[in-house]
Amino acid sequence: MSVATMFQAGLPYLVLTSGILVVMIGVAIKRTHAVAAVLTIITLLVTILSHILAYGALNDGVVEITSLFKVDGIAYLFNVLFLLAALVVAFLGSEFLNQRIRFKEEFYLLLLCATLGSIVLPASVHFASLILGLEIIGISLYAMIAYPEKARPPLEASLKYLVLSGVGSTALLFGMAMIYAGSGSLEFAASLPADGSIEGQYLYLIGNAFFWSGIAFKLSLVPFHIWTPDVYHGAPSIVTGFLATVSKGAVFAVVFRYAIEGNVLDSGSVQLALTLIACASMVIGNLLALLQTNLKRILAYSSIAHMGYLLIALLLVESNSAFGYETVVLYLIAYFLMTLAAFGVVSVLSTHQEHELNTIDSVSGLFWRQPIAGVVLIVAAISLAGIPLTIGFVAKFYLFLAGIDGGMWFLIGALVVGSAIGIYYYLRIVFTVIKKAPDDSEAFTGLPWTGLGILTFLGVCMLVLGIYPRFLINLIHNVVQIAGF
Amino acid sequence: MSLLWLIPLLLVAGVVAWLSERVRTTLPNWISLITFIVATLWVTVVWFSGPDTNGLYANWVQDWIPRFGIDFRFEVDGLSLMLIGLTTFLGVVAVVSSWTETKTRHGFFQFNILWVMAGVVGVFSAFDLFLFFFFWEVMLIPMYFLIAIWGHEDKEYASMKFFLFTQISGLLMLVAIVALVWFNASSSGSLTFNYFELVNADLDSTTAKLLMLGFFIAFITKLPSVPVHTWLPDAHTQAPTAGSVILAGILLKTGAYGIIRFVITLFPDVSQDFCVWGMSLGVVSILYGGYLAYSQTDFKRLVAYSSIAHMGFILVGVYSFNKLGTQGAIITMIAHGFSTAALFMMAGSLQERLHSREMSKMGGLWVRAPRMGAVTMFFVIASVGMPGLGNFIGEFLVLIGAFQKSIVLTVFATIGIVVAAVYGLSLMQRSFQGVPNPNVPKMRDFAFREMSVMVLLMIALVWVGIYPQSLLRMSDTFVSMLEFVS
Repeated sequence: MSVATMFQAGLPYLVLTSGILVVMIGVAIKRTHAVAAVLTIITLLVTILSHILAYGALNDGVVEITSLFKVDGIAYLFNVLFLLAALVVAFLGSEFLNQRIRFKEEFYLLLLCATLGSIVLPASVHFASLILGLEIIGISLYAMIAYPEKARPPLEASLKYLVLSGVGSTALLFGMAMIYAGSGSLEFAASLPADGSIEGQYLYLIGNAFFWSGIAFKLSLVPFHIWTPDVYHGAPSIVTGFLATVSKGAVFAVVFRYAIEGNVLDSGSVQLALTLIACASMVIGNLLALLQTNLKRILAYSSIAHMGYLLIALLLVESNSAFGYETVVLYLIAYFLMTLAAFGVVSVLSTHQEHELNTIDSVSGLFWRQPIAGVVLIVAAISLAGIPLTIGFVAKFYLFLAGIDGGMWFLIGALVVGSAIGIYYYLRIVFTVIKKAPDDSEAFTGLPWTGLGILTFLGVCMLVLGIYPRFLINLIHNVVQIAGF
Repeated sequence: MSLLWLIPLLLVAGVVAWLSERVRTTLPNWISLITFIVATLWVTVVWFSGPDTNGLYANWVQDWIPRFGIDFRFEVDGLSLMLIGLTTFLGVVAVVSSWTETKTRHGFFQFNILWVMAGVVGVFSAFDLFLFFFFWEVMLIPMYFLIAIWGHEDKEYASMKFFLFTQISGLLMLVAIVALVWFNASSSGSLTFNYFELVNADLDSTTAKLLMLGFFIAFITKLPSVPVHTWLPDAHTQAPTAGSVILAGILLKTGAYGIIRFVITLFPDVSQDFCVWGMSLGVVSILYGGYLAYSQTDFKRLVAYSSIAHMGFILVGVYSFNKLGTQGAIITMIAHGFSTAALFMMAGSLQERLHSREMSKMGGLWVRAPRMGAVTMFFVIASVGMPGLGNFIGEFLVLIGAFQKSIVLTVFATIGIVVAAVYGLSLMQRSFQGVPNPNVPKMRDFAFREMSVMVLLMIALVWVGIYPQSLLRMSDTFVSMLEFVS
């Protein structure tokens, strides 16, 4: 690889990093919310556009930048997805900051840093870059969660996340160390034990056990999910949206890389463990969501279940990695849209409220009180439930295809059971939204047009991609093929 | 112009009706009514202009998701056309029956009605399994809204139950569809959701059995048959009148249609082995549904349970696996659509006037409202199976068909007709006849609006009863294609 090619392929990372510097210097010179917001949005947009230029470098489909990164179209696809999500968060976040927060500007720095961490991960093929990206996200998120510094719940949430995520990272590091002890290399591709066979390599297996536990913490998979509802509940909605989408998506992207490059799933024990974790997440996540009356906690448990669903795609890597990749990308796009829409609605509605809306009752009659937000929330709930007309259905369809392609009937059973339970609480959201508004409820008036505009955009995307997913499907298919899977 | 433009027509009319509420509150009703009348006339014109050389009344194929071999593949044959005609006609009935019932949000109400119907027309004409499933699920959402927003006292529970039952069984069907496509792809090498290619799928019998069950469960849940019928009485009782009319008249028929069109043709051999089970389920539904119907004190619930019994005849007919039985099932679908729609409309009218569905609060209503009494009498008699009316033809053909397959089961199914007379006449007795209930307020009899629809329904039933050949001819092409091995 020539140095020029490497720089071209690495352009998005460089652009985003310089953007962070620009925003930081801007904030240092003069604190102005509008300037910081505009600079952030420009940075994100330019970074997204830089992918077009960078894509030209991928002549053979893949460019290796040192041994840390392997950049291909799929990584770029993930990057663009994360950047777009960050853009949504920046737009919605500006309203949230305007209303509640005294020191607004640093939020954008944290957001950009977290986004940098998340775009590092999809291209990582090395444990060092993995932990680097993961920690950039993690550390930025601690501060973002605790951003409303005067309120108790965010602080509590942040502390919980700090401690538990720290534990997760420790397990991850320890696992990596043990894998390294067996193989002598930190690259994913060389992480199998030196003599090539897995059976009887206890060091490798224990290492993987720790590694996947750490990952399961980050993805909040059962039984490592306990922190999720509390943190989701405590954090400002818009940060929760970011946490639930970008940080999880990025982690998923990198473990997928690890599973493919490292051939981890050759090991029956890892496969079995992941299957069990997936089933448990689908069923338990959905069951616990049934018991909640708090909107954010419902979404927290539902995200646990959705991460469980996604493991089906990961497990397909063994037999059909190309389709596994397609499933992951498509599912994440769907999941991002619907999750951001749901948290976005909560965030936008809270604009003029003293406290953020939380309970499911606070959205009762929303369809009649604030039709735009109501419709978007209905579409998001229907999509999360995987019902046609929405992209959530296309995503679920992919999961069924993936599951059947891999012959994972047990997982399909769990998927059916999980979705069936899920329909109940998603539908409860829909019912609450369309029922007659209580008489004492105030109208949601004077909501910011940017917020409503973004929500409308997310809603339209969910519907259009749900009814006519052809272009998206072809795009993902082509990208995955060009990347050589 | 192809009849398939009906789907976009209904969808667009739905949006227009919703928006028109801003102009005038009664405008949505009119838009909806005119749309359904136009649609019905359109179907009639197509009906009489006859099929093309392939026996089709309309077809349209277009790529949708080529990556997985999914197309927009619509075809309307005689069977589909009949059911689409039923749909649009009952659309008129539904709109008229709820003309004064909804007090608020007319626009969104008509929007939902029009969109349910668009979904149903899609279900009856889709020949790509993905597309079929798409419409199958899509028609549920507006139906859910109809029950959940305009329903009666217990609407949350009822709408939730309705949605859960159909969704969960739908998930099983989705798994079965995807698995069928995948098995077909691995044996034939082409990934396609095209019905006409999947019909020839080469499956081993265990796989076929499991896949068939996936479809079967979804369809009998919608039908509904014992033991997955429990959503129906709740949904019906709570739904607004238009909702009940659509639910009983059309949505139940999508289940029957699914069995006839997909289960039987996609898995002919396995279905053949399964027929005793299918018939037995049907007989149990007939007897148990009839038994439960008799025990009801709620007018609407009684009619709802009677639907379960009638749908039992469809199962018996289809699983008799011969031409007579299948034709009988199809006629029953149509006739039951007419008669039950009328009875539900009657239940709605009574509730509007008496603010109750309890038959203990009725009695002797004939004196107060003779026209309503006479109309109810007619449709009760029809649903009991009086010769000369549509339901008789359907059930009679079913029984002749079933007799060739299993005499014992036929005997039990025939007992069901007696049971039907018992609950049907008791319904009549408890509500319209007997000693007039002194607590009944002065009530308005049917006026022109209601009578005109009722007369249309009566004519339809008499027509099916006297000249069933016109319908039998329509479905004959399809039924003759089925491979019946005796």
